[in-house]
Amino acid sequence: MTRHATRTSRSSRPLLVTTSLAALALIGSSCSFVGADGADGADGAGDAPTEEGSGPVVLLTHNDFSLPDEVVAAFEEQSGHTLDVRPTDGVGNLVNLVAEQAGKPSGDVVFGVDNTFASRVLGAEALTSYDGELPSGVATYALPGDDDGALVPVDNGNVCVNIDDTWFADEGIAPPATLDDLTDPTYAGLFAVPSAATSSPGLAFLLATIAEYGDDWPTYWEDLVANDATIVAGWSEAYFGEFTQGGSGGTLPIVVSYDSSPAFTVDKKQSATSTSALLDTCYQQVEYAAALDGAANPAGAQALLEFMVGPEVQAALPESMYVFPVVEGTELPTAWATFAARPETSYEVDPADIEANREAWLVEWTDVISR
Amino acid sequence: MKRTASLVALAALPVGVLAVFFVLPVAGMLGRGLWPDGSFAPGAMLDVLARPRVGRVVWFTVWSSSVATVVAVLLGLPAAYVLHRLDFPLRGALRSALLVPFVLPTVVVGVAFRQLLREGGPLGFLDLDGTPVAIVAGLVFFNVAVVIRTVGATWEGLDPRPAEAAAALGASPARVFTSVTLPALRPAIVSAASVVFLFCATAFGVVLILGGVRYASVETEIYLLTTVLYDLQGAAALSIVQLVAVVGLLTVAARVRRVPDPTVQRAVPRPHRPRRSDLPQVAATALLLGLLAAPIVALVTQSLRVDGAWSLTNYRNLTTTGDDQVLLVPVTTALRNSLQTALDATWIALLLGLLVAIVLTRRSRSAGERRVRAVLDGFFMLPLGVSAVTLGFGFLVTLGREPLDLRTWPLLVPVAQALVALPLVVRTLVPVLAGIDDRQRQAAASLGAGAMRTALTVDVPIVLRPVAAAAGFAFAVSLGEFGATSFLSRADHPTVPVVIFRLLGRPGEGNYGMALAASVVLAATTALVILAVERLRVRGVGSW
Repeated sequence: MTRHATRTSRSSRPLLVTTSLAALALIGSSCSFVGADGADGADGAGDAPTEEGSGPVVLLTHNDFSLPDEVVAAFEEQSGHTLDVRPTDGVGNLVNLVAEQAGKPSGDVVFGVDNTFASRVLGAEALTSYDGELPSGVATYALPGDDDGALVPVDNGNVCVNIDDTWFADEGIAPPATLDDLTDPTYAGLFAVPSAATSSPGLAFLLATIAEYGDDWPTYWEDLVANDATIVAGWSEAYFGEFTQGGSGGTLPIVVSYDSSPAFTVDKKQSATSTSALLDTCYQQVEYAAALDGAANPAGAQALLEFMVGPEVQAALPESMYVFPVVEGTELPTAWATFAARPETSYEVDPADIEANREAWLVEWTDVISR
Repeated sequence: MKRTASLVALAALPVGVLAVFFVLPVAGMLGRGLWPDGSFAPGAMLDVLARPRVGRVVWFTVWSSSVATVVAVLLGLPAAYVLHRLDFPLRGALRSALLVPFVLPTVVVGVAFRQLLREGGPLGFLDLDGTPVAIVAGLVFFNVAVVIRTVGATWEGLDPRPAEAAAALGASPARVFTSVTLPALRPAIVSAASVVFLFCATAFGVVLILGGVRYASVETEIYLLTTVLYDLQGAAALSIVQLVAVVGLLTVAARVRRVPDPTVQRAVPRPHRPRRSDLPQVAATALLLGLLAAPIVALVTQSLRVDGAWSLTNYRNLTTTGDDQVLLVPVTTALRNSLQTALDATWIALLLGLLVAIVLTRRSRSAGERRVRAVLDGFFMLPLGVSAVTLGFGFLVTLGREPLDLRTWPLLVPVAQALVALPLVVRTLVPVLAGIDDRQRQAAASLGAGAMRTALTVDVPIVLRPVAAAAGFAFAVSLGEFGATSFLSRADHPTVPVVIFRLLGRPGEGNYGMALAASVVLAATTALVILAVERLRVRGVGSW
C-alpha cells in the first residue's frame, strides 16, 4: 500500500512541478517590463531590401556610441528611416563581427572602426563604397589603402601623454615634453600607462613609440619600465586610479590620455585647466563609418553615412562621444575650443603595417614589460 | 517507461535553452577555430598549445584559482556558521550585504583596492600592490559569498542532535566538527568550492586590474587572441583546454561530493545566541567582514567627497545625464532597466534551476540513469567554465542574424544572465533536495496526502529557504553582470553596469564621482532587495 502510494506520488510529481513552474513562469513574465515594452523593438536586419526612404537602418557600433535624441530624431525625419542601434563590446569585437559576417551582415552600417583596426575590415571585403559627397576637410582623414573610399571618416582624436601642470609647478620640476623625456630619471616613477594589449589608447601609445623609434622601440620600453612606469589594465585605471588629477587621490602626474582631456579639468571659474597634453607625443585616432556589403537597406545605409558627416552629428560629437569632428568649420564647445590644444602633427603608422605586425608587436611588448 | 518520459519532460526545457544559448554559440566559435576556411585544420591550433607562454598562462590560472578557492572556503566556513546558525541583531542585513561584491563593477573595486594597497595607502605597508597576493585577495573578495551562502543554506537546516550527541559522549568541539558536522556539509562545501574555482579561473578584470599586466590568465589570453588579434584558432585551442579542464574538475568534484546517503536529518534548529564557545568563529567572521568592508568603505567614502569636502552632489547627479551629456539616460532610468532585467533573469534562472535540480536529485533506478544524471549535472555547470568573450562573441555570430536572429529579442540579455546564474541556483538547490528523506513523503502519502499535499507539506517548506537564497544569487548576478551584457546590450535599454562603464570612459571628476555613486546605489539596491526577499521568506514559512 505504502509502496503503491509512493509510486503514485512520485510519478505525478513532475506534472505537478511542471504545472506550478509554468504558473510561476506566467507570473514572472507578466511582471516582466522588458517583455512588455520590448515588443516594439525594431527587427530590421535580414528583412527584404526596403524601398528608398523607408524601413529601419541597423547600425552596428560599440558601447561608446551615443547621439542626443534630437539628432536621431532629425535623421529619422529627414531620411524617412528609423535608426536601430546595436552596440557591442569595444572596437575589436565590432571589427571582428563585421569581418566575420562579410557579405551577410547583421546590419546596414558600421560605425566605430578606427585606423588601428580598419585594415582588418578592408581585408575581409565586408564593405561597399560610399556614393555621397564628403564635406570639406573630411578627405584629409581618409585611410591610406582604402582605394574604394568605403570608409567615411566621422571623428578624430589624439592619444597624447597628459601631465598635471599644478603638480609640476608645486614641486618646482620642469615638466617633460617628449617621449624621450619620459625615460629621464627626473620623471622616474611618475608615469601611468594603460596596457597596449587590453586598451585602445594603450595600443595607440605603443604605436606612437613604434613610429618614433622604429625597430628600436623595445629598447625604449625597457627604459620606460626601468624608469618605473606604472602599467595598468586600461585607460580608466590609469586616469582615474593613478593620475593626480583623476579624482581618486592618484599619485602619478603623467598619464596617457587624449588631447581633449584638458577640457575636462577646467576650474570652476572656467578660467584655466590644471592639465595639459604634450603635443609632441600624440598618435592620431580616426573613427570611420561604412556601408556593409550585402546590407538589407542599402539606401538607408547611404543616407545614414551622409548624415554622420552632416552638421548635426558633427556638432554633437565632442559632448556625446568625446571626440573631435572631421568637418572643417564645425563649432566646438567653449571648453574644448579654449583648453583642448591640438597637435600640429602626430605620429602615424601605416594601417597595413599594423595589421601585419600587431601580433608580433604585442607579443614582444608583453615580453618586455613582464621582464 | 513513464519514469524515463517524465525525466525527459523535466529536462527538456533546460537542456533546450542551454543548447541554443550556450552550446550553439560556443560550438560556433570552436568551429571557426578548428575549421578555418571550411576545412578541418587542427594543426595551427596545436601550434598554439606548444607556445611556452601558454604553459605559463595555464599554470598561473590553475594555482591562483586553487589558492583563492582554498582561502575562500577557509574564510567562508566560520562565516557561514555565524551568519546561519547564530542569532544576533542585524544578521539578515549582514547576510544580504555579503552579496554586494557580486554587483560591484570590477574597475571600481580595482581602483578601491589599489587605493588601499598602494604606497602611502592604509595597507601600503604590506607591500602587496601588483603581486599575486593582491589578485588572490581580489578573487576571494568577489567569491567568498558563494561559500557562505551555499554552505550556509545547508548548515541552517542541519539537525543539531547528532552533534549534540557526540558532544554528550565526550567529543571535543573540534572532534564534533570534523567527524559529524563536516561530513554532513561536504556536498555543499565541494559544490561551493567548484563554483568558486570556476569563477576564479574565468575572472577577467580582477587579474588585469590587481595584478598589473604582468600576470596573464587563460581568460585574459583568450580575450587577447579573440578580440585584439582575431586569432580564432588560438582562442579555440585555449577554449578547448578550458573545457577539458572544467570537465575534469567537475568529474572530480562529483566524486568527492558523493556521499553514501545524501539524506540530511532535518530539524531546523532555532539559531542560538552566540556562546563563549563560538568566539573563534565570531572572531574569524568579524575579520572577514572587515576585509570585505575595507574596499567598500573606501568606495562609499570617496563617492561622498567632492572637491575635498563632504557632499551628496554625486548622488544628486544620478538623475542627470552627466557632465556634457555623457549618458543617453540618467542612472535612475538605468537602474529601472537593471531591476527589470534582473527580475526576468531571476525567474528564468529559478525556473530552469528548479527543473534541473529536480531532475538531478530524483533517485536513479539503474546505472544508465545515474550516468545520464551525472552528465546532465556537469552540463549545466559548463557556462561557468567558458570565457565570457567566447560566449559573448559566439552569441553575436550565431544568434545575431538569420536563421536565428535573436539580437533584438527582449529576453536575450536576461537569458544570457540567467545562464551565468544557473549553476549557482542548481548548486544551492541540489544538496537540499537530495537531503530530503523520501520516507517523509512516503509517510505523508500513507497518511492520505495527495501528491500536491505531499509536495506542499514535505518539499516546499524545506526548499523554500534555499529557493530564496538562490533567487538572491540570481538577482545579484544579473544586476552586476557585465561580460555578456556588454556584447548584447540594447542601446535604448542600458543597465547600470553599462552606464558605469560609459561614465568611467570619460575624464572629469564629476563623471568618476557619478560612477562611484552609481556603484554604491547598485550595491545598496541589491542588498535591500535581497533583504526584503529573505524577510518575506521567513514569514512565508510560517504560513505554509
